[in-house]
Amino acid sequence: MVLWYLGCATFWLLLGTTVGEYLGIKFVAPDADSVAWLSFGRLRPVHTNAVFWGWCSLAMLGLANYVVPRVGNTKLASYKMGWWALILINLTVVAGSLCLMAGINNAGGEYREYIWPVMLPFAIALVLSLINFLNTVARRKTTEIYIANWYIIAAIIFTIVIALVAYLPWWQNGLGETIAQGYYMHQGVGMWFMLFTLGVVYYFLPQQLNKPIYSYSLGILAFWTQILFYTLIGSHHFVFSPIPWWLQTVAIVGSMGMAIPVIAGTTNFLMTFKGGWHKVSGSYTLPFFIVGIIFYFTGSMQGTAEAFRTTNLYWHFTDFTVAHSHLTMYGIICFFMWAGIYALVPRLTGKEPPQILVGAHFWLALIGLMFYTVPLMYGSTLKGMLWMQGKPFIDGVVLMAPYWVWRAVGGSLMWLSHLFFAYNFYRMVVKRKEVSVAATAIKKLNPSLNQSL
Amino acid sequence: MDFFDNHKKLFTTAAAFFIGLTLLVAVIPAFETDKINQPLPGAVPLSPAAQRGKALYVANGCIACHTQQVRNVDMDKVWGKRPSVAADYAMDRRPDLWHNTATLMGSERTGPDLTNIGNRQPSKDWNLVHLFNPRAVVKESVMPAYPWLFIYKDNPAKTDIIVNVPAAFMEGKTGKYVATKKAMDLLAYLQSLKQVELPDGTTAPEFLYKKAAAKTETGAGGASADGAALYTANCQSCHQASGEGLPGAFPPLKGSSVVTGDNLELYVGIIMNGYTGREKEGFGPMPNVGTTANLSPDEVTAIINHERTSWGNSAPEVKVEDVKRFMEAAKLSAGQ
Repeated sequence: MVLWYLGCATFWLLLGTTVGEYLGIKFVAPDADSVAWLSFGRLRPVHTNAVFWGWCSLAMLGLANYVVPRVGNTKLASYKMGWWALILINLTVVAGSLCLMAGINNAGGEYREYIWPVMLPFAIALVLSLINFLNTVARRKTTEIYIANWYIIAAIIFTIVIALVAYLPWWQNGLGETIAQGYYMHQGVGMWFMLFTLGVVYYFLPQQLNKPIYSYSLGILAFWTQILFYTLIGSHHFVFSPIPWWLQTVAIVGSMGMAIPVIAGTTNFLMTFKGGWHKVSGSYTLPFFIVGIIFYFTGSMQGTAEAFRTTNLYWHFTDFTVAHSHLTMYGIICFFMWAGIYALVPRLTGKEPPQILVGAHFWLALIGLMFYTVPLMYGSTLKGMLWMQGKPFIDGVVLMAPYWVWRAVGGSLMWLSHLFFAYNFYRMVVKRKEVSVAATAIKKLNPSLNQSL
Repeated sequence: MDFFDNHKKLFTTAAAFFIGLTLLVAVIPAFETDKINQPLPGAVPLSPAAQRGKALYVANGCIACHTQQVRNVDMDKVWGKRPSVAADYAMDRRPDLWHNTATLMGSERTGPDLTNIGNRQPSKDWNLVHLFNPRAVVKESVMPAYPWLFIYKDNPAKTDIIVNVPAAFMEGKTGKYVATKKAMDLLAYLQSLKQVELPDGTTAPEFLYKKAAAKTETGAGGASADGAALYTANCQSCHQASGEGLPGAFPPLKGSSVVTGDNLELYVGIIMNGYTGREKEGFGPMPNVGTTANLSPDEVTAIINHERTSWGNSAPEVKVEDVKRFMEAAKLSAGQ
C-alpha cells in the first residue's frame, strides 16, 4: 500500500511539474498556444494543486503509513482506511485538475481553487487517515509516543481545522474572505506540509544515520513554538492591505518568532549528523536530507525576512514570492520526501536504484532549483526598486524577461530530474530478471518477511 | 511524563491550542470585519453583465497576476487616488452555493493592479484588442491572449461588435473578429472597476513611505519630470511607442496638428478631460487620463514636450506656467 501511495505521488509529481514547466515557458512565449483549457490563469492552479495534494500530500501520507506504526512498534490499524484515503485523494486531484481547466474555480484564492465538492473527498481522506493513525498510536507497544508521530498526527488534525476555516462560508464576505485566505494559504503550507514533513524527518534521519535524535527536548520545543508562532502569521501576505493593522503586526511578530522553532529544528538535525558526516559520501539518501535541512533554515528565515514592512515594499507582489515558495516547497519538502522514499522503498522491495541515476536526480534537482530561484530573486528585487522609483509598469516586465528565461531553464532541469526519479522509483519497485542473492536468501530463511506492507 | 505518553491528552491539547489561536487570528477578526462592513455610499452594485464578467475573471485565473488593492504606501499611488479601504470590498460576496467569495486582492502583480482600471483605461476598443491579443497594443506584454472570447466572421453583421485587430495579428485573414457575449461581459466588469469617492468629511488613509525628496535638476521647459517615462506609463498603451497610434482605434501623435500646433489650451484640455472630437473618423473617445493619473503641471509639461519633440515632431517646447494656467482652466470646464 505504501508503494501505491508513493507511485501515485510520483505520477502527480511528473504531471504537476510538466504543467509547471509549461507555465514557465509561457512567460517567455506567451502565445505558445491559444486554447482556453491551457491558458495560464487556468493551468497555474492545476500545477500548484497537483503538486500539493497529488504529489507532496500522497508522498507524506505514504511515508507516514510506514512511520506511524513503525515507531509504535505495531501494525497499521486499518489497511482498508488507508486504501480509501488513497483513492479519495486521487479522485480529488483528477476532478480538481479537470474542473480548473474547464474554468470551474472556487474563487481564485491560492491553493483553494478546487470547489468544495471536489475538495470534499480529500477532507474525508484526512479524517480517515487521522482515525487510522490515532488507532494505530492507541495500540502502540511503546510507552512514549515518538516525536515523529506528534508532528504527523498534529499536522492532520490542524489541516482538518484549516480546511474547515477555509471552506465554511459564514465569515467570508468582503474582507473576511481575505483574512481567511491569508490564514489558509500559510497554514496550508506550514501546518500541513512543513509540520508533517518534520515528523517524517524525525523518523528517517536518525534511522539513516543509525543514531538517536540529538535532542528530544528541542523537538518538543520546536513543536509547541511552531504552533504558537506559525498560526499567527497568515496575514503577512496582506501587509499594507485594508485588513486590520494590528492583525498585520501580529503576523509580522509571529514571523519573527518562527526563528525559534526553525533554529531549534535545524540545530537538532545538524547535531544528529554530528559524528556521522563520514556516512554522507556513502549514502544516497543523506545528501537529500542535508539539502532539505539547509533549505529548511534558509528558506524559513527568508520567509521571516519577507514579512517585514520595509521588505514588503521591495518584494511584495513580485516573483520573489514565487522563488520563495519553490525554495521551501521544493527545497525543503520535495528533498525530504525524496530522502524518505529512497530510504524506505529499497527496504520494502529489496531493490536499490542505480546510484548514478540517483546522483543525476539529486544534482539536476539542486542545480535546477538554483537556476530557478536565484535569478528570480535578483530580478524581482530590481523590479521592486523600479516600482518604488515610480517607473512605468511595463519597464518591470521588460526587466524580468531574461530572469524568466533562467527560470524556464532551471525549471527544465528540475523537470528532467523528476524523470530520473520516476525511473529510479520504477527500478526500486518493479521486479527485474537478475536474481538478488541476498533477497532470495532472506526469503528462504523467513517467508513471513515477504508480506508487502 | 504521563502527559506526553497519553495520546488523548497530548493531541487534544495541541488541537485546542491551535484552534484557540485560529479563532483569535482568523475566525474572530473575519467575523468582526464582516459585522461592521458596509459599502461606501457612492458604490454602485455590479450590473448583471459585470457580474458575469467577474465570474469569468475568477474562472480564468486573472487573479494569479492582477491585484485589486491599492496599498497605503507611496509606490502604489499610480494605481489609485487613495489607498483601498475595507468598505471597498464590502460588496464582494459569495456568488452561489458552489463558489466562495472571490479573492480579489491577489498576491502577485505580474500584470498591473486593476482597482481603478475602469477609470484608468475605460476604452472599449483598447480593452477588446488587448483581450484578443495583448501584444497587439503592448508589445512587451506577457499576458495570455484570449482569442476564444472572439469569433471570426468574413462578413460581420451590423450589430456585431468588431474588434480593431491590427493586420499583423490577422494571419492574413481578410474578415473581422467580433466580440462574443463573454468578451463584452468581461469588458463590463473591467469597466466597472472604479475607485469610489469617500463620502464628504472622510479623510482617506495616508500613503506611507513617501519618497525622500523630489529631484532637483530641471529638464525641458522647466519641468523636472521625465517625459519619456510618463509617456510610457500613461499614453503608450494606446498611442504606442512609435507615436503612430493604432489605425482605426487610436489616432497618431506623430505629425498630429494638436501635438505640434499652437493651441496649448486644447492640448492640455484633451490630456486632462479626454476627447471625443475624432470619433467620426473612427477613433474611440479618449479618457481623462491626466485627471485620473493625478498628473502635476510639471508632469503634463514633460509629457507635452516629449510628444512635441519625438518621432520626427519638432515643435518648440512649452512652459510649465502656461500649462498650469490651462490645467486650472481645464479643471473649471470639467466641473461645469
